[in-house]
Amino acid sequence: MAELNTGDGGGKKGGGKVRSKKSNSKVDLTAMVDLAFLLITFFMLTTSLSKPQSMDLGLPDKDEKVDTNIKVDQVRTMTIILGENNKIKWYHGLLESPEPNGKPTDATYGKDGIRKEILKRVKSIPIATGNPKKGMIVIIKPTKKSTYRNLVDILDEMAIANVPTYAIVNDITPEEMKLVDEMNK
Amino acid sequence: MAKVKMSKKSTSIDMTAMCDVAFLLLTFFILTATAKTPEPLPVETPNSTVQTKLPETGLVTITIGKSDGKNQVFFGMKDRDVRVGALEYMSEKYGVTFTDKQKAQFELVEEFGVPIEQLGSILDMKAADRAKVGVQSGIPLDSIGENKQQLQDWIQYARKANIDRGATKELDFAIKGDAKEEYPQIKQIMDILQNQKINNFNLVTGLRGKDY
Repeated sequence: MAELNTGDGGGKKGGGKVRSKKSNSKVDLTAMVDLAFLLITFFMLTTSLSKPQSMDLGLPDKDEKVDTNIKVDQVRTMTIILGENNKIKWYHGLLESPEPNGKPTDATYGKDGIRKEILKRVKSIPIATGNPKKGMIVIIKPTKKSTYRNLVDILDEMAIANVPTYAIVNDITPEEMKLVDEMNK
Repeated sequence: MAKVKMSKKSTSIDMTAMCDVAFLLLTFFILTATAKTPEPLPVETPNSTVQTKLPETGLVTITIGKSDGKNQVFFGMKDRDVRVGALEYMSEKYGVTFTDKQKAQFELVEEFGVPIEQLGSILDMKAADRAKVGVQSGIPLDSIGENKQQLQDWIQYARKANIDRGATKELDFAIKGDAKEEYPQIKQIMDILQNQKINNFNLVTGLRGKDY
């Protein structure tokens, strides 16, 4: 395919006119284009993939003076406890007197697990409170054995389900600890 | 019967234009690409569906990972002038002096994880050796023991250096944790940040498929 003309004129022949040969100026660019596109693909893929994603997380001020005992309507709160080995325990309302269908239950992460419950409540709670501004509140309680992946996963669920308010709470009551121990068995 | 003769057509196409476009794009991608530097502490970040990107400048990354079964924390500053400023404050506070060469080297270090006392010897190493796994032992952050909470000081001085260079925006902090890391380790870092009234930070995650 490559047609590089390497004609050198062929020397003089007799006493005739010196005719310069018409050299073929076309170079086959196929290989060059191949290489260029290969490199383009490489750079395209590496540039777009190397930028890491990030998740914003805002935590409440740690100031001790602020009274943290804010009374929250129990109808609106769902508590999610992150346990060992990617297990979740959740309940809706108070632990002693959960809301209907809100008893402490085990769940898994992902589409078929906790998300269904969250999505259901995201819709039902504003209707129950009668005020669209008073939406769901999720309290996330990671235990000591839960991993960072668990935390990010559950925060991701919050983002997917558009939960209006959620908080990471670190104190786990003895009753809740009992639940966790049961679950971890 | 006369044979129907196919006219022989040339199969070669003029590729000049295609070549031009290809190289134009290639040049663009090469120029915009940012070189990926090797990480001294490789971590596997958890995935999320959130698509916010990390800021390019004014960022401090705290990497938490495990190496040799021990939890390690690494510290990285994106801006060079912040690096220089923070190092100066640190050497003043801990009484460790650095040569000009070491300081110049530190300006190029993306991420490091050694106590300040060992920083000098790390800076004398070649960049490739430095990035090897296991060479750097992590920044001390427990409040007990000799070298105390150096991480806290690094954070504080990085912020100070950021103000010194006249930045109007506060530094952003990103936590880059290994997915398998247990929560208390992450909590410890969050607490250190919160003790300095940094309540907003980024969690570095990978990208997950849409249908998760």
